[in-house]
Amino acid sequence: MKSNQNSGLRRLFYSPTFAVVIVLLLLTVFGSLRYEGFLGAYNVSSVLRYNSMFAVVALGMCFVIMTGGIDLSVGTVAAASSVTAAIFSPYGLLAGLGAGLATGFCFGLLNAIIITRLKILPFIATLATMLAASGTALLLAHNETVSVSYDTAFTSLGQGDMFSFMRPEWVDADGASTPAKFLGFWLAFPIPAFLALLAYLVGALILNHAAFGRHVLAVGGNEDASRLMGLPVNRTIFSVYLISGSCAGLAGVILAAQFGAGQPIEGVGWELFAIASVVVGGTLLTGGKGSIGGTLAGAMLLGLIFTILNFENGVGWISLSAYWQSVVRGLFLFFVVVMQSRLSGVRARS
Amino acid sequence: MSKLDASDLIESNLLVMTDVRKAFGGVPALSSSTLEIRPAEVMGLIGQNGAGKSTMIKVLNGAYNRDSGTITFDNKDWKANSPQEAQRSGVSTIFQELNLIGFRSVTENIYLGREIKRFGGLLDWAAMNAGAQKLLSRFNVSIDVTEPLSQSSTAIQQMVAIARAVSFDAKLVIMDEPTSSLDDAEVNILMRTVQQLKAEGVAVLFVTHKMDELYRICDRITIMRDGKTVAVVEPKTTDKLQLVATMLGRDLADVKKSGATAFSGTSEIGNELLSVTDVAMGTRLSSVSLSIRQGEIVGLAGLLGSGRTETARVVFAAERADRGTIRFNGVPTDFKSPQITIAAGMGFCSEDRKLEGIIPDMSVADNLTLALMPQLTKSGLLDEKAQRVVVEKFIQSIGIKCSSPDQKIRELSGGNQQKVLLARWLAMNPKLLILDEPTRGIDVGAKAEIQSLIRKLAIDGLGVLMISSELEEIVEGSDRVFILREGRTIQELSKDEISENAVMHAMAHGMSAPENAERETPS
Amino acid sequence: MTLSSGFLVRYGALLALIALLAFNFAVTPNFATMQTLSVNLTQVCTIVIVGIGMTLVIATGGIDLSVGSLMAIAGALSPMIFMGTLIPIEPLWLAITLGIIVPILVAGMFGLFNGWLITRFNIQPIVATLVLFIAGRGIAQVSTNGNLQVFKVPEFQALALARVLGVPFQVWVMLLLVIISAFLLGRTIFGKQILAVGGNEAAARLAGIPTRKIKMIVYGISGLFSGLAGLIVIAMNSAADANLVGQGMELDAIAAVAVGGTLLSGGRATIVGTLLGALIIQLVRYTLLANGVPDAAALVVKAGLIVLAVWLQQRGR
Repeated sequence: MKSNQNSGLRRLFYSPTFAVVIVLLLLTVFGSLRYEGFLGAYNVSSVLRYNSMFAVVALGMCFVIMTGGIDLSVGTVAAASSVTAAIFSPYGLLAGLGAGLATGFCFGLLNAIIITRLKILPFIATLATMLAASGTALLLAHNETVSVSYDTAFTSLGQGDMFSFMRPEWVDADGASTPAKFLGFWLAFPIPAFLALLAYLVGALILNHAAFGRHVLAVGGNEDASRLMGLPVNRTIFSVYLISGSCAGLAGVILAAQFGAGQPIEGVGWELFAIASVVVGGTLLTGGKGSIGGTLAGAMLLGLIFTILNFENGVGWISLSAYWQSVVRGLFLFFVVVMQSRLSGVRARS
Repeated sequence: MSKLDASDLIESNLLVMTDVRKAFGGVPALSSSTLEIRPAEVMGLIGQNGAGKSTMIKVLNGAYNRDSGTITFDNKDWKANSPQEAQRSGVSTIFQELNLIGFRSVTENIYLGREIKRFGGLLDWAAMNAGAQKLLSRFNVSIDVTEPLSQSSTAIQQMVAIARAVSFDAKLVIMDEPTSSLDDAEVNILMRTVQQLKAEGVAVLFVTHKMDELYRICDRITIMRDGKTVAVVEPKTTDKLQLVATMLGRDLADVKKSGATAFSGTSEIGNELLSVTDVAMGTRLSSVSLSIRQGEIVGLAGLLGSGRTETARVVFAAERADRGTIRFNGVPTDFKSPQITIAAGMGFCSEDRKLEGIIPDMSVADNLTLALMPQLTKSGLLDEKAQRVVVEKFIQSIGIKCSSPDQKIRELSGGNQQKVLLARWLAMNPKLLILDEPTRGIDVGAKAEIQSLIRKLAIDGLGVLMISSELEEIVEGSDRVFILREGRTIQELSKDEISENAVMHAMAHGMSAPENAERETPS
Repeated sequence: MTLSSGFLVRYGALLALIALLAFNFAVTPNFATMQTLSVNLTQVCTIVIVGIGMTLVIATGGIDLSVGSLMAIAGALSPMIFMGTLIPIEPLWLAITLGIIVPILVAGMFGLFNGWLITRFNIQPIVATLVLFIAGRGIAQVSTNGNLQVFKVPEFQALALARVLGVPFQVWVMLLLVIISAFLLGRTIFGKQILAVGGNEAAARLAGIPTRKIKMIVYGISGLFSGLAGLIVIAMNSAADANLVGQGMELDAIAAVAVGGTLLSGGRATIVGTLLGALIIQLVRYTLLANGVPDAAALVVKAGLIVLAVWLQQRGR
């Protein structure tokens, strides 16, 4: 049993996820030393709030990629979901949330049907759905943003803090002690980040502790073998697109709630952000091997790069414009895929 | 055996297949196959390519439905519509290409599809890991079951596949060429596992081409040929030569040239074109040596998995050798890609036309001139007139039947596709042509045409390396034969020494029959 | 049955286009005018030019997602050269010539980078080109600091705006490229080798075709054509906006290729089909717009069109 634990540790140590977490920590330390207010409650909470929707989209993408597929439609599906969520927001928090999730689910269903029934490559199928979702979003929104209702609690899904109702005044007092500030931060934990975290916990539970999760990895690892082992291959593939669609739906809800409007033209490039997060987090693009925690770390890392570039602009010797973020992200992706290819090459040869 | 009372037969046997037939598009793959396996028996299954082994296995593992015939398993009428159904009824198959998932842990590979769950449907990892460990310990395998399967050796992976099969309470385990990618030590481990299975009362159907293994492990051996079961023998009472002869459909007492092939004529033998010395590659080739001279057809014989195709690929530089030297025209060469080999004057018709030969969506003309094209261009433009001339010439000279040179090659019959591929190389005017199973899957008429064409080419001075599983093709077509066995050259037969007996003997025993063994095997 | 479905695959795009034209002549007001022709051709020009490169890439069994970003790079670089913001170049004609050639070559280099990633590291094309999809636009934005470069250089803008025989110059460029590429694919050894690589890479390698080199070149060509398309876009707008040039182009190009009848798994490709595919998508959109259907609905129709085209293609095989 002891050797088991050892090898487990060793595996953790060598895993790409571990590397991402280390880089994430190093960047955080770097940021906190270099920039004032980097770890301040305001910055941390706004970074978490803003990136939560990307993280949620990446979670769904992770499931799809683990089966060896891809979902290019997540961005515009999130946009469409933000529109329906905004439209239903006057009927209450749950109505808005439900409408957004249902929209995402429906587009996920569309992907699943085109891919498993019509046998069209995921890449093309989700490309078409990407266009369809964008068109639907624009049609429903009449080509403009749709304001959400502020009469209901809907906006708290994007703007609210988790424990604001029990927040004592003294944590915000001038010159509050460090523990008080710390408590203040945790009480201010943004609701969207909480939702994302919850989704990731459920995702990790499903992947690691439910038969379905193992089937996802098995199908991605070797579809033929999975079929011969008697696994429900089609059902598994069907399901991951539903998951991805639903995640995009949730992200759309957060988007609408956070910015107070359904945004039919948002979501451009989200799919690539999500793919990059998944890959950086150590999930193999060919499927069969993946990590939920790594995906979360990957999404946070990509978000953090953006934040650091923002801060650097404020203080730095070199003025790195925000545009550098995509260059840096691309470089990141480059190194990760080249490393993945080298590693798998070595494995294949030995 | 028809004299036996049917019910007796069924009761004493675990599996009885009687007169099972299976055809594809009217072409029978299994025409009359029988198989009987007793409980806890290790039954060997042997036959050439196209003998129907793999069809029989696929009927048994549920991948195919039989057209007719009866199968009784465990005293019950048996039928499986899918591998899962077969598995549930007690028949598990370990495939040649292991159907496991390398990225996943050993435990998962054993339990996928019937995971142990706790309350709320969550997986009980502790129980599964313990179960996996326990299962494997029965075969004396002690590994960390939480490690990805791909970290283990092929033999261990095979053991995991067997453990998975056993955990399904399999009564019959089918092993399809389980040792093809194992080294000697690993083969030993596998043999022990098979014995362990037998000891536990599990029957094994062991498909292999390696004589030694058959004789080492099997209680009985079923021999198939042309879709039929031709004999069931006991290793104790049948020698290897007899076995090979039965498999190839040869009468031992009557080994003579039947003239069934169309290799007529003799050619002038010239200087040495190619010599291969002590080439090794991975687990497939350990020491291959051979040589080819101008105007000579050299046969490369050996059972399946003996390394014939791998040898051809190494010579053609489609794969890199680990060691050994290859001389072409007397000069040591280190060709890095087929492109360079082709430029030096070699051509290679691969064994699998579909996978490595034809470009299905391209025309006959384009397929035929694929390698020649660089010479058919005027400043980058394809000279279609010149192409047409070449194509017409070969369509005429070797009789390719197609509606026009523009017809897509995938619409042609196998024989005509093969002729196009042959012509692809002939158009290059090569010095050496490597033909891997040149007449496989081709009808009788086209076969004879291709054979006489090969001889004609040799008469014109071409060196030919011909790989064939058909004994008469090797015996009647070759001027010299090299015999491979388990990745090494074990014998060279000169023109006078070539006989079916000698070739079979070498394939079976690793050396030629005494009356033919005047020469020492090259070391 | 196979004959009719084969016929559908082969001539489906053409038939669809004819049907669309007939429908429009009958229903859409003012359809049969030079104006309409000019508008529609101008709209598809860049899609077709990028689509040609994409067709070649897809013919080898690959895909190029970076085309839009490479357009942005070329579009950002060009004004810097001909307006002399990088280094002043004296005679205007030289500046413009360099401003056209250099950006196209740079885009071509980036295309080669894609090919290098794919052949050297065996990375799936969709992932390999994703790198430049993300980073490429960033490079364009960084090099212009995200600023809009506005210019008024008629000599350069002639690339898009000049008219020859009443038809915009860019349309002639497009037609020329279609003819050259169709010729390249159908009549040259290079074209045959592209199709061979996409049709059966293992067989192509054994037949002595330099598969890696072929792949490098098609990604290079895709880069070159993307660069040219980027220049046409900025010439048309008399402004270069690194954020917008080529946005979403990869989707339009792939859609045109798919609708045109090129096999997405490689081995069978048609340049003229891509032209027809782009025209069909454009004409559907135009038809819907001209008949009062909102642009957004056209997106949904386009999505359906792609799925339908690919599905028909798969059934036709």
